Parts: sequence; C-alpha cells; structure tokens
Amino acid sequence: MEGNVTITSAPEAIKPAINRLMWLALFMIFIGVAGAVYAQIIGHHHAFANTREMPWGMLIGVYAYFAIISTGLCVLAAFSHVFGGNRMAPVANRMVWLSIMALLGAFTVIGLEIENPWRMPLGVILHPNVTSNIWWMGTLYGMAVGIMLLEFGLILTKRFTAAVIFGVLAAIAESLANSNLGSVFASLSSHPFWYGAQLPIFFLGSAVLSGAAAIVLFTHYSYILQKKEIGEYTFLSLQTAGKIMILMTFLVSVATGWKFANAYSGSEAMVMAADSLTSGPLSTNFWVFEIGIGLALPCLLLVVTRLKSVYVMSTAALMILVGQFFSRFNLVVSGEIVPANYGFVGVPQYFSYSPTVAEYLLVIAGFGVVGFGFLAGEWFLGKVFHHKVFHPHTDIDHH
Amino acid sequence: MKINDLEQLESEDITTLPSTERRTFLKMGLAVTGMYLSGTVLSLTTAGRVNAANVVPESGEYPYNPHYSMVMREHLCIDCERCKEACTKTNHVPSHGFRTTILEKRRSLGGDAYETIFVPVLCNHCNRPPCVRVCPTTATWKDEKTGIVVMEPSRCIGCKTCMAACPYNARYFKEETRAVDKCNFCLDTRLSKGETTTACAEACPADVRVFGNLADPDSRVFQLLHSPGTTVWVLRPETGAMPNVFYINS
Repeated sequence: MEGNVTITSAPEAIKPAINRLMWLALFMIFIGVAGAVYAQIIGHHHAFANTREMPWGMLIGVYAYFAIISTGLCVLAAFSHVFGGNRMAPVANRMVWLSIMALLGAFTVIGLEIENPWRMPLGVILHPNVTSNIWWMGTLYGMAVGIMLLEFGLILTKRFTAAVIFGVLAAIAESLANSNLGSVFASLSSHPFWYGAQLPIFFLGSAVLSGAAAIVLFTHYSYILQKKEIGEYTFLSLQTAGKIMILMTFLVSVATGWKFANAYSGSEAMVMAADSLTSGPLSTNFWVFEIGIGLALPCLLLVVTRLKSVYVMSTAALMILVGQFFSRFNLVVSGEIVPANYGFVGVPQYFSYSPTVAEYLLVIAGFGVVGFGFLAGEWFLGKVFHHKVFHPHTDIDHH
Repeated sequence: MKINDLEQLESEDITTLPSTERRTFLKMGLAVTGMYLSGTVLSLTTAGRVNAANVVPESGEYPYNPHYSMVMREHLCIDCERCKEACTKTNHVPSHGFRTTILEKRRSLGGDAYETIFVPVLCNHCNRPPCVRVCPTTATWKDEKTGIVVMEPSRCIGCKTCMAACPYNARYFKEETRAVDKCNFCLDTRLSKGETTTACAEACPADVRVFGNLADPDSRVFQLLHSPGTTVWVLRPETGAMPNVFYINS
C-alpha cells in the first residue's frame, strides 16, 4: 500500500453542505483581503486603531491566537502519533491538518497586519537578526508549516515511520516558535506587565488548552457535517482531549492567578496594568470572556458532566476558544495600555483602544482561512481523518 | 553516675584548653565577623564596574569614540518648541509624527502652589538598545563608529516591534517612507556634513540641550556630567537600556 495517495472526494450526501460553507469561508477571506487592501491604500495609520504608543492591537492578538492553536494541535498530534497510548491517535491526522490550517490563518492575519509584507521574505534571509524573537518566531513557524506539509504528505502516502519523525520535528519547531512568540512580549522590559520569564510557558500552556479544544470542536463539527454518529474510538479520543481541557483550564487559571498576585506586588505600572483588567477598561473582557466563559465555566461543565456528552465537550471547547481569543486580546492591550509617561501633564491613566472595521475584517479573513482549510480537509481528506487510517499504534491501542 | 564519681573526672572548662586552640577559635570568630562587616561596608559604596549603580559610564569606558550623547539641563527648558521646529525642518518630519518632543510635569510645592518642569525627550541612543535587539531584519542598528541608533527604511517590514520595545516612545511609523523613523542625532542631515551639533541643540535659545562626544574629556557634555556635586539622572533606568541622554539640574 505504501505510496498510494488516499485523497478522496467527500461523500455525495455531505457535498452540498460543505460546498455552501466553503463559499462562505471564501467570502470571509475575500472581504478580509478587501479590508486589507483598503487599509494599505489609505494607510494602516488611518485604517487601524493603533497609535505610536499602542503599535499593536487586536490583529497581533489574533495572530497569536491562531499560532497558539496551531502549536497545541501540532504538539498533541505528535504525542498521539509517537506514543499512541493516549487514545488521541484516531484524531491525530486531523490535528496535523488543522495545525497547518491554523498556522496559515495566523500567517494571513500577520501578513496583512504588517506594513510592508513584501519586504519580509528577502529581508529575513538577507538581513537576519538572531537576537530578534520575531525573526526566530517567523523562521521556526515557517519551518514548522513546511515540515507539517511534508508530514501530511507522508501520512497520505502511508509512510508512517517517516511521518512520525517529521511530526516530532514539527512539534519541536512549533514549541520553540511559540515560546519565541511569548518572548516577543516577555523580553520587552519597557512593558513591565509583559516582561518576565513565565509568559512563554503561559503561551505553551495556552497552546495545549487551545489545541485540545480545537480538535474537540472541529471533530464534532465534522461529524455534524457528515450527519454521522461519533464512533467509540473517536469518542474516546475526544474524552482524552476533554481531560486535557480540564487539566489545562485549571493550570491556566492558576497561572493567571499568580500573574495578578505578582503584578499587585510590583511597580505602579504593573498595578495599573493589572487594574485595567480587573477593574478598568478591559474588565468585561477579562472577567466575563477570558475567565468566566473561557476558563471557569467550561472547566465546571466538563467536570460536572464527567466527559459523557460530546455536545457538552464541544460547547466547552467553543467557550474555551472564545475565551482564548479574548485572552490574547487582553494580553496585547493590557501590556501597552499604561502610558510610559504616565504622571506627565496631559497623559491619560490608560490609552484607549477599540479595533476598527478594517481590523475586524482582517480577523474575519483569518477565520475564513482556518474554516476553509477545515472544510477542504473534510472534502478531500475525510478518509485520512478516519480512525482506522493511520499507523499501527491505533490498532494496537484499541484491540 | 554518682556525684563522687563526677568529681573524679577531668575538668572540661576553658582553663584546661591549650592557648593555640583558643587563638584558633578567636581567629575564626574574627574572620566570620570581618566577612560580614566588610560585606556591609562594601554594599554602601559603588561597586567598581556596575554601570547600573551610576547612569554615567566610568571615564574611559565608552564603547564608541566619538560617543555621541546629549545632556539636558532640564530646569532651563521653557517649552518654546524651537527644538521641535528645527528637528521637523531639518529631518523632514511629517506632521503626524515627531522625533523629539517636550513633556510637562507638575511638582507640588505645598498648598496650591506647584512648579512646572519641561522635559525634552528624544531617542536615547542606548548602549543596550531594545529596539535594535528586536528588529527581525536589522533595519535598525547602532552605528559602529558613533553609537548612534540609525534606521535603514528600505529594510523595515513595519512590524513595529521596535516601537513597542522602545522605553522612550522615540519611534513612529513614517508613512512617507513606509518605515519606522526616529532621531539619529542629525547624522545624515548635519553631522555627516561637517556640523558639530544637532538641529535641536543649535535651535535651543535656553541652552538646554548640550550635544557632544562623551568620550572626549574636553567636551562640554563630559564636563557637565563630571562636575562635582552634579546629580545626573536618566529616564527609565530600570529597563536596563543604558541611555545616552542625561538629565541634570545645574
């Protein structure tokens, strides 16, 4: 069988639904790119709400959001492929595919966010800066997407041993890229609320949480699209992802708690930044979305229902992904919201930032890319995602 | 053991210790005390090469020559903004941005009285510039000869990480060049053409801004920073950027 490509077309019954959704995703990409073109023409300075003092906004958060989901999926897939015994192997192929798609979504957003994307490909090769976290992040994520495409090619052609090796390499590249993304913020001593050694680890923890949530959500949606019952093995996979969600919502909550305990014993700027989230302009985002919907409620739902219902797990996963979206936004904005010159005449306590229409359009493009990727995967690769396809571990585990 | 037996035992009090053993013990005690004492005394003085303890590097330890720097004689500033005008004109700074500006702070003098202090700010041309470290395409770097932090606009991808990294809000995105722009001590517009000072320093009527080579003991900046009794400070020293714009009151 080695060497046989298993790209197939979707079953006729589900084609119309996927077709419609694919057009919707394409439309989302189209309006997002239209927004980006508009922003380029009139200038990001006018199109986006960013300022000299707050050069980064929602789009940086959304880039990090997709990149972090990608890392989580890739790392969990590698663990499942290598060790098998964690029962997630049946959904590991879908995780690899979605990881690639999430990263492409991230690249779409960051590519449209930066002012001169055309200067980047040659710039990072001809004039690299090895002290730059951005450089490492871009290089490693770029490598990761390449390695994962190779890995997926090997999965399709059933060269599983090589695929596992590439999967591990991809997971290492993704993890290092992700912690570099953390360090983009964490190494800036000018922003004390970002600065510190733990943020890259927080990002990796968020990645595992987001990745587990993403695979539950997308697998469930895949079965809804197919109008099929989730089989036993796949359900066991989702339960494992559910356990990871419980563990990681707890750990991320603990990390968040200490972050604030630490901030409140820090400098005035740290206290003000923490206040912006707990009682200031970002407090609704923080309490309702990041903590309530994103961490506390899904954790509670999963524990109370004891991972028995796929609908509950899927709902919790959606809540977690909404919470993670807000978490990235909150992180970016809270780190910049306190003016460096606070205390001087005319300098406000907090800068104000609310994203513009153009910024929302770019976010839609990012979701469009990930959505299109998911649907394309279901259309062409549905068979590869089936639990019986992949490697010996799967069969050994379930018999 | 009975009391009578105890009395038969050899005494273990200090009178029976040989004098060498007592001396050794005393020496050890003195050594321990001495270590703690000297540690305490040393911590009160400036440690030799720790630059963080002193914002002005020790004489002879400047990484560059000329090591360009600026001294702000802060209390002389009257906020006339001629520095800003000169900078804008010389360096083609657009109206939506600035390379240098003047901040204003109020200090209470008790009751309703307060004094207003104007603080001119610009790029600090740090010895450890966070902006340079973070740029993915080396579009900004420390000029090897002068230590000035310069920009190459054609390399800038517009990720704005340097703007986020700068502790001094000294950078802005210049739409005209599609690149981040910043003060370069007029390197291209004046210094390279034989001028010896920046446009802002030349335009200042109150002699607030003093520009020069800190590595030259005869320069005015060196002498201002090394005059006895002068308190020198920098902005945001906690970031570890080691800035080269110094502030004094005299």
